Amino acid sequence: MRALCWANAGQVAVRQVPDPELRNGHDAIVRVRLSATCGGDLPLLAGLAPHLADGDILGHEFLGEVVAVGPQVSRHRVGDRVVVSSTVACGSCWQCRSGAPWCCDNGNLAPEASELAYGHPVPGAFGRPTAAGGFAGGHAEYVRVPYADVGAYGIPDAVSDERALFAADAAPAGWLAAELGGVQPGAVVAVWGAGAVGQLTARAASLLGADRVIIMDPQVDRLRMARRHTDAETVDPRHTDILAELRERTGGRGPDICVEAVGPAWDGRPRSLTERFTGAAERPPAVREAVHACRKGGTVVVLGEFTGHVDAFPLGAVGAKGLRVRGARQHGAGQVPTLLERMARDELRTEYLATHRLPLEEGARGYALFRDRRDGCVRTVFSPELPSAE
Amino acid sequence: MLARLAGARRRVRAVDPRPTAQPAGGWAVVTVDRPPNEVLPGGRWPEPLRRLGRAVQVDVWPAPADRGTELAARIRPGTTLPGLAAHVAGDHPDRVVRAALRQAKQLAETGEVLRADRSPIDRGPAG
Ligand SMILES: [Zn+2]
Ligand SMILES: [Zn+2]
Repeated sequence: MRALCWANAGQVAVRQVPDPELRNGHDAIVRVRLSATCGGDLPLLAGLAPHLADGDILGHEFLGEVVAVGPQVSRHRVGDRVVVSSTVACGSCWQCRSGAPWCCDNGNLAPEASELAYGHPVPGAFGRPTAAGGFAGGHAEYVRVPYADVGAYGIPDAVSDERALFAADAAPAGWLAAELGGVQPGAVVAVWGAGAVGQLTARAASLLGADRVIIMDPQVDRLRMARRHTDAETVDPRHTDILAELRERTGGRGPDICVEAVGPAWDGRPRSLTERFTGAAERPPAVREAVHACRKGGTVVVLGEFTGHVDAFPLGAVGAKGLRVRGARQHGAGQVPTLLERMARDELRTEYLATHRLPLEEGARGYALFRDRRDGCVRTVFSPELPSAE
Repeated sequence: MLARLAGARRRVRAVDPRPTAQPAGGWAVVTVDRPPNEVLPGGRWPEPLRRLGRAVQVDVWPAPADRGTELAARIRPGTTLPGLAAHVAGDHPDRVVRAALRQAKQLAETGEVLRADRSPIDRGPAG
């Protein structure tokens, strides 16, 4: 099959690779119809740890059609249209059964690597480095989906592919942020970053009854999009002192819930070997602002995918203001079926986020557009079924 | 077999921050979200540990609250692991034991051990 792979020297390229095989009784094989770029891919493409290996298949957000199932799969059959959660969870460990599938014990193929990095094995995800326990990704014609009963979700007929695609990661991430933040009627929510995740966080907060949602991004077209498709107010940090602005808009209290949906301040420059070896720290300006802006006793939710350490975290404010700091990489179990129902009822529209649609063969251009936010790009979506230009 | 099903637990030791460092007793432990009699049915070791044979000691005790069973294993002092098993997990005996415990946990919780994709080399030419 064709797959968009990481190739040495920081390139991405379509290669001919073997088709995936059923390896476990709980596996399904999905023929991909659409897959999306995501901000979580960019640090990996920039060469940050954990490191991709030559031939690792990229992409953790995808949907398609089931073409094979293992004997233990009971919820799906061949021909089903499914969207697949980007992280891999087993559904039967204590963490999964306690409602925290993003902490699953059994979703990682290289648990020792994440024990070293984080102290415990964390779930693997599609399109992540195999050396860190990741699984072959969705920018390909076919994908193997482990624990398919837990990670794949049937899509209602009323929901288009373009809409359902965002149930793989961005929509449940936004929903989880609103839930972890404890959004309830009357809440004031601030969101850093108006990418797909930031906008869907804003939308989730509105649906959960937030009184005001304020979203911030230096990209004018993203702010315009957020105003049109969410109920959020927008702030352009290039022209405004964000902290002062948020104080003013919240009666001096500060937002109840501050969600960071930006990720590492990455300048688009591939890292040097020295930086990779020394593990130079990331800088989290949005997290710092979120901690400073948040009201006393409020909650800061960190959604951005920081892969290592950060410098200059304002720890003093966490204690002095009695903040709660939450983080999570979403797993859709428990959320995606509800989100798909909301999509079917037209309460949650996401297809507008797919600003660019390209064949797999244009993977490098698709990621460059997305990374540089050129041409109004919010998300590039690939379709292996689209003919390539040449 | 030393199944110690009573509630006694090992004393808590000062924890070394390096996750792969071995505690003083040499035991590696995982928590399995199943009752002890399902983790060691009829006192029988699960297959991944049985493969290590007499070179390891195995112990279980209930985990606190509703968390199931703590399953422990260590290399029996003064013995060496069967060669093949050690070779597969990179020759380090502690890693072999930890990998076997993880597999035993997965087997009890999910019914199977998660397998990686076969490498392209094992599979021949691309299709
Ligand atoms: Zn994503
Ligand atoms: Zn699990």
